[in-house]
Amino acid sequence: MMIVVGIDVGGKNVHIVINKDGQMLGKASAPTGIKKEGAVEQLYSAALKNAGIAQKDVERVVATGSAAKRVAFANDIIPDATADARGVHKLIPSARTAIDVGAEECRVIKLGADGNVLDFAINEKCAAGTGTFVETMSRALEVSVDEMSKIALQSTQTLSINAQCAVFGESEVVSLIHQKTPKPDIARAVMNAIAGRIASVARIVGLDADVVMVGGMARNAGFVDSLKKSIEMNVLVPEDPDYVGALGAAEAAFAKP
Amino acid sequence: MTEEVKPKALRKESVLEGKAKALEIEGENMAGEAKTREFWRWPETNWVNPDIEWKKGEMITAGVDVGSVSTQAVVMVDGEFFAYGNMRTGSDSPDSARKGMDFALEKTDLKIENIDYCVGTGYGRVNVPIAQQSVTEISCHARGANFMYGPEVRTVMDMGGQDCKAINVDDQGKVVNFIMNDKCAAGTGRGMEVFAELIRVPVWEIGTRSFKIQKEPPMISSTCVVFAKSEVVGLLESGLPENDIMAAYCSAMAHRIMELLNRLGVKEKFAITGGIAKNEGVVKRLEKELRTKTAARIWSKKEYVDRGYPFDTQLAGGIGAALFGQALLKMSKAKSARKA
Repeated sequence: MMIVVGIDVGGKNVHIVINKDGQMLGKASAPTGIKKEGAVEQLYSAALKNAGIAQKDVERVVATGSAAKRVAFANDIIPDATADARGVHKLIPSARTAIDVGAEECRVIKLGADGNVLDFAINEKCAAGTGTFVETMSRALEVSVDEMSKIALQSTQTLSINAQCAVFGESEVVSLIHQKTPKPDIARAVMNAIAGRIASVARIVGLDADVVMVGGMARNAGFVDSLKKSIEMNVLVPEDPDYVGALGAAEAAFAKP
Repeated sequence: MTEEVKPKALRKESVLEGKAKALEIEGENMAGEAKTREFWRWPETNWVNPDIEWKKGEMITAGVDVGSVSTQAVVMVDGEFFAYGNMRTGSDSPDSARKGMDFALEKTDLKIENIDYCVGTGYGRVNVPIAQQSVTEISCHARGANFMYGPEVRTVMDMGGQDCKAINVDDQGKVVNFIMNDKCAAGTGRGMEVFAELIRVPVWEIGTRSFKIQKEPPMISSTCVVFAKSEVVGLLESGLPENDIMAAYCSAMAHRIMELLNRLGVKEKFAITGGIAKNEGVVKRLEKELRTKTAARIWSKKEYVDRGYPFDTQLAGGIGAALFGQALLKMSKAKSARKA
């Protein structure tokens, strides 16, 4: 019996996956907050307790994500792209491209047949093309992100948001609201704007089928729809797409004792 | 009857206000007070030149610079600075242009009908109904900086509300080359406003306060304003003094602007126009990074300095536009549109 843990500390949330002999035993997530170390430790104890496992039984902990270094008790740290690739390969072995859109960055990874990273491109400098962009716009629209995802699918007309910058985009959304543009159309325009941005990151590495989308934004059906149209390809979304990074880290912990 | 109702309603509010004030004194309602304050809101100003009798002037020209964040209307009489109004741009460009002009003319009996020619410029320049012509803000800022800072100016940096332009100019104030960022809020006035709102410090105080520090902190590492916001929240939480955070943000902005300037090449005399020019915290740090002094913010015309005419860096575009109007009239390329 071998129990391993993968922890993904992202810009917005921590995700933890507990695996036993390659099978998922438990998972947990919580907002990272400002005191990242505290949030990670708290969630880790809670997740172990929930799964009925004592801390001493955990053989290895592998961390990943932009704040992976905050996991003081990790045995190893692996890059985000590696974690994504391992996680995606485990869930959908036919995947050749993984698109991870998180709160503060987006990554497009080209995968080999055995789940290794062949190439990747990343945007982490700018909120355009990230979950934060949607969140900023949802605040301007005064709807929740979930609601925005749903209403985007009801849009009847195609508008475009010209601003690339989230700060300028917000002003643009506000003026659309002032012009009494229906909210679904604005929501759709926001999703299209991010999808366009991610498509241009994807073009750097090239897109091969199957394309799998992971990260928090993969839960956003409105966005996934826009992305499909933008890259003109089908996009597969695994169950619990936001746990894929943590799953990949757990996979790495299992493979390298 | 309505008058009776109104005071009642008002009284209700003032009772609440009184309560709020009382609490504030006890230091318990700071959050409530802070919520209603708008920290990005800079003071709006207008002015009329007391030394000019406009009725004696031959050519009265105006420039209206409708920017994404602020609007300036400038009136010039025979090429001399006569009046200006500087205010926030509203949601509607034509309306903002009209309001800006009304504000400029507020303290004088000169009417819009008395103006011979009006040139619109800025982001909303095509939407200035009172203008007969529009000229790009790049040309207007170059021309305006030439008038304000003098013909020795070779590089003008306009730090506007939603963009940032570096312009190389000749001794006539004509544009030789330029480079601009209008894609990203980092390094623009809007970015500074967002920061002011976040840290809850009036935007015009940030520059001064950013020097009240023990030691220069490392700059904010995120370029993106949205990410910088999270970084600032983290720094506040970590207990870094507010002034240090302001210093870190001003440094980051100066660095961002320097990157743009280096792509164009800075030549002295180097002048800064636009709202951010008023922020010493950014300007001084930019000078340090560039190892180049910026031109002192005073009129190149000695009599303007002696008479104490206000020097507002935000007016460069409007002044340039008004001067273009005068040039067009002089060269008989345009006819006076004066109605009265």
